[in-house]
Amino acid sequence: MRLSGEGLAADRGGRMVFEAISFTLGPGEMLAVTGPNGAGKSTLLRLVAGLLRPAAGTLRAEPAPEAGLSSAVHYFGHLDALKPTLTVADNLGYWRSVYGGTGDIEAALDAVGLAHLLDLPAERLSAGQRRRVALSRLLVSERPVWLLDEPATALDAAAEAMLGRLIAAHLAGGGLVMAAIHRPLAIEPTTRLALGAAP
Amino acid sequence: MIQALAAIAGQTARLRFRGGGGALVGLVFFLAVVTIVPFAVGPDLNLLSRIGPAILWIGALLATLLGLDRLFQDDRDDGSLDLMFLAGPPIELVVLAKAFGHWLATGLPLAIAAPFLGLLLGLEPLALGATTLTLLVGTPALTAVGAVGAALAAAFGRGGILIAVLVLPFTIPVLIFGVSAATAAVTEPQPFLPPFLILTALTLVSTIVAAVAGAAALRVGLE
Repeated sequence: MRLSGEGLAADRGGRMVFEAISFTLGPGEMLAVTGPNGAGKSTLLRLVAGLLRPAAGTLRAEPAPEAGLSSAVHYFGHLDALKPTLTVADNLGYWRSVYGGTGDIEAALDAVGLAHLLDLPAERLSAGQRRRVALSRLLVSERPVWLLDEPATALDAAAEAMLGRLIAAHLAGGGLVMAAIHRPLAIEPTTRLALGAAP
Repeated sequence: MIQALAAIAGQTARLRFRGGGGALVGLVFFLAVVTIVPFAVGPDLNLLSRIGPAILWIGALLATLLGLDRLFQDDRDDGSLDLMFLAGPPIELVVLAKAFGHWLATGLPLAIAAPFLGLLLGLEPLALGATTLTLLVGTPALTAVGAVGAALAAAFGRGGILIAVLVLPFTIPVLIFGVSAATAAVTEPQPFLPPFLILTALTLVSTIVAAVAGAAALRVGLE
């Protein structure tokens, strides 16, 4: 699948966050979105996910997924979407059912190094662990496009390296990754997109 | 898609039971309303059995509204709502699945508890059955109307009392026809079926309205 945006603009509460943003992304490629706080990195990712409508410009996926682009993306935002009273396994099982995946929960947790926390309620996890569990959500159901919003937040050095490996594995399988980042990740992006300063 | 919706409904019901006994709070509140009324109106058993269905309905209505404000707010706060938009099933069906899960954990227990609480009010067997039946058919409408309020509250980030203010006026028709069907079952010349069928129709209509209006509110909340 190829993903491209042309002349994208986003309007948040009557203020243009960015204008005339274009990019293309092919299978196995990673796009790093950089820029200062408020430059619209998160907005751009939400726009690609279909959570926001662009004020101008077009977003195209080829071949277009039958159920729309939204059905082909994993959105990994600032919030972890974990229910504190449910166990880690229940949380992941829920998202696997909702997203219609077939991935093994234990294997996914093992990939983020948390297989031993399977039966722990999510409220007992540390911030970094929550982040890693949220990341394993992308592994239990297969979707070609990963939209990562500052994925390294709260991760320690080892987990950052692990994040790099997971992204590399996804790219090797023909996946697309679009990541908003401040600091370089453990993996070198194929292309970069620098958003301007906040007006 | 069925699997996804079943998972959403199931998790909503499960969280309601787990998160600090949310479902039990509704039930205890229901019990409190029903037990307090006889103290207020006095021990006149004839009067109580006459207004019994109405008391049960008022209790059920207020208990239903009790836990509704968190229906979408929690999902919005922890980021689940965003992910549900990307899950695949149309958000209209997600709203219905969440409302159904909420009803399973709140409305259904109320309907099941109603015959036991009706005994406290001295209702005769026929009235007990009729009230339970109307609650079973009518509480989904209360939850559906409430779900629209919950979606609006989540969209605008204001919970609590706003929902009650928004939702209460729209639940009045359900209350009227629910109570009139339940009382008609035991009051002679009045027929049971017409108000009961209108109640059923209200449930069906409010389910559809809830799906469309709830989804529209959540979409606005994204922007």
